[in-house]
Amino acid sequence: MAKPKLAVWKFASCDGCQLTLLDCEDELLPLAEHVEIAHFLEASSAVVEGPYDVSLVEGSVTTEADVERIHRIREQSGMLVTIGACANAGGVQALRNFADVEEFRSVVYARPEYVATLEHSTPISAHVRVDLELPGCPIDRRQLIGVLTAVLAGRRPGLPVHSVCQECKLRGTTCVTVARGIPCLGPVTRAGCGALCPAYGRGCYGCFGPMAQPNTAAMVASMRNLGMSPQDTARVFRTFHAAKPEFQAAAEQGEAG
Amino acid sequence: MTHRNDRSLRVGALARVEGEGAMHVRVDGTTVTDVRLQIYEPPRFFEAFLRGRGHVEPPDITARICGICPVAYQMSACLAIEDACGVQVSEPIAELRRLLYCGEWVASHALHVYMLHAPDFLGYPGVVEMARDHRGAVERGLALKKAGNAILELVGGRAIHPINVRVGGFYHAPSIAELRALARDTLRPALDHALATVEWVAGFPFPDFTVGHELLALVDPQRYPIDRGEPRTSTGRSFPVRDFERHVVETQVPHSTALHARLADAGRYLTGPLARYALNHAVLSPLARQAATAAGLGERCENPFRSIVVRAVEIVYALDEALRLVEAYQPPEPSSLQVPARPASGYGATEAPRGVLFHRYEIDGDGTIRSARIVPPTAQNQPSIEDDLRRFVQDRLQLDDEQLTAQCEQAIRNYDPCISCATHFLDLTVERT
Repeated sequence: MAKPKLAVWKFASCDGCQLTLLDCEDELLPLAEHVEIAHFLEASSAVVEGPYDVSLVEGSVTTEADVERIHRIREQSGMLVTIGACANAGGVQALRNFADVEEFRSVVYARPEYVATLEHSTPISAHVRVDLELPGCPIDRRQLIGVLTAVLAGRRPGLPVHSVCQECKLRGTTCVTVARGIPCLGPVTRAGCGALCPAYGRGCYGCFGPMAQPNTAAMVASMRNLGMSPQDTARVFRTFHAAKPEFQAAAEQGEAG
Repeated sequence: MTHRNDRSLRVGALARVEGEGAMHVRVDGTTVTDVRLQIYEPPRFFEAFLRGRGHVEPPDITARICGICPVAYQMSACLAIEDACGVQVSEPIAELRRLLYCGEWVASHALHVYMLHAPDFLGYPGVVEMARDHRGAVERGLALKKAGNAILELVGGRAIHPINVRVGGFYHAPSIAELRALARDTLRPALDHALATVEWVAGFPFPDFTVGHELLALVDPQRYPIDRGEPRTSTGRSFPVRDFERHVVETQVPHSTALHARLADAGRYLTGPLARYALNHAVLSPLARQAATAAGLGERCENPFRSIVVRAVEIVYALDEALRLVEAYQPPEPSSLQVPARPASGYGATEAPRGVLFHRYEIDGDGTIRSARIVPPTAQNQPSIEDDLRRFVQDRLQLDDEQLTAQCEQAIRNYDPCISCATHFLDLTVERT
């Protein structure tokens, strides 16, 4: 039986999520025995023509050409998995969605007319059907391996939709908010990182995006009670998942004070 | 008849580079008339949306410019903000930052040496194909990369976009016992792999090609520059970091979303491993110096193809230095300093794996960022890469398009261009007309 074909695609991003695949130092060579890495420009100049059984898509859509490209990728892909906050939500570059992109272009470039860009940075799902979103900025290596293993075995990958709080409890980390009064987005942020920040004495900053049905109103109230200004509260939600509806609404609640 | 010798070479999406770019070469008759490194990585406008953010946010936000060298962004950002606020971190905090940065050098260089560049010299499209014939070497490379990532994970919390860095220091200082175990179980064995790597790459076949660029690197008295230093050029001129923008001028070209940087008085230049080595080889650790000498590196390496040897030597240095830092480690107490805002501009520069990375921030009294400027290494190297390729192609016009294209791609990888950084790369076209 032919090995399943895996493709990795890049849109506007930092390359960190596809690097996560190369960071699987112990699993990379065994993985390559089970799948054909057919298109992965960061790792190989050999390109095998589609169709592909699984496509991993990194990055957000920010140009007209990319709108076209994602449609072509969808047509050639069996299962399309978006990897990371840019592909899932537009990424940090979606901060342009709340500003004047013409003005942005003139701040960075002396000759803005040379630079082609769309007004908004949009997630892949705004353009084509997405089969699975792997969360995180960046994604978690164990979750990536878990998803690829599940796909190879023909079963539906299970990704947690509960909050980071549960990961802290599992890990035995004392709550940074309760014990030290540190504002923490853990109660509204999707699990998957292993609750890293609280383990380092820092409040979660939401880089895995919103959990399922987050109670952001209570979260905003808690942050305000802990002394955060409306502006700081809004900023925390308006960073790596600024365009995700749940966090967008929370930022507006925060701003309203 | 006049068009018979005219050629146009085009390399579509460049592989084994970080980001999206292409290369276009035009040959008129027997003369290369134009070489353009087209960077079409879409712009993400970091410098624009940093305005209005809080002064403690740049380390987390600018890390997202590059998944390969996030620590470089975090470190330059911290230095610039602390400079603006008039805070200098304690020596133990600075040393822990240097240790974290060593992890990034090892992981990033191991990625480039083994996964992006070595396949060119040995004739493979990528590391997976190379592993079929060179399994031992690839496993050694993966072990090295993993060692770099182990430092990043322990000190930084995770390898990509570490969470433990903050303006003023760290959220949490690792314990002496954790670092000692890391040194014993991971870093010492990795040092042997690093020495074997220098020997391995020194034996690669190198095309005969030399360049004589002006070089720019940081210089940190008594030690190899990583986390700090003063910019200096190969002709001996140095200037404080705060004057960087007076000496390095960025301009925009139509074919690239990355700005091109030049020295105001000397034009194009090169930053990165070749520049660092030329200006700082005397302060490498004895072990790294010995490895460099054994590999045949002199005082200055002028063949960009041999940059892979310099990177391997820098892996030895970074591991050797990490071991020294662990040996001397005392947890910083406190792990971070308060950095209250004041209205001022601040400047920071560190040595990212690919070269000098400069940040400037202007902040208000309440900490709001008024303006930001970031000059990444690949933007600085772009004019020199184009010039080198022009000469490289000129000497190899007898090759057919396929061979020439392959060699150009390899030549571009000499510079380890990070296009995600620069736009904030490669499709090669050679047009022979």
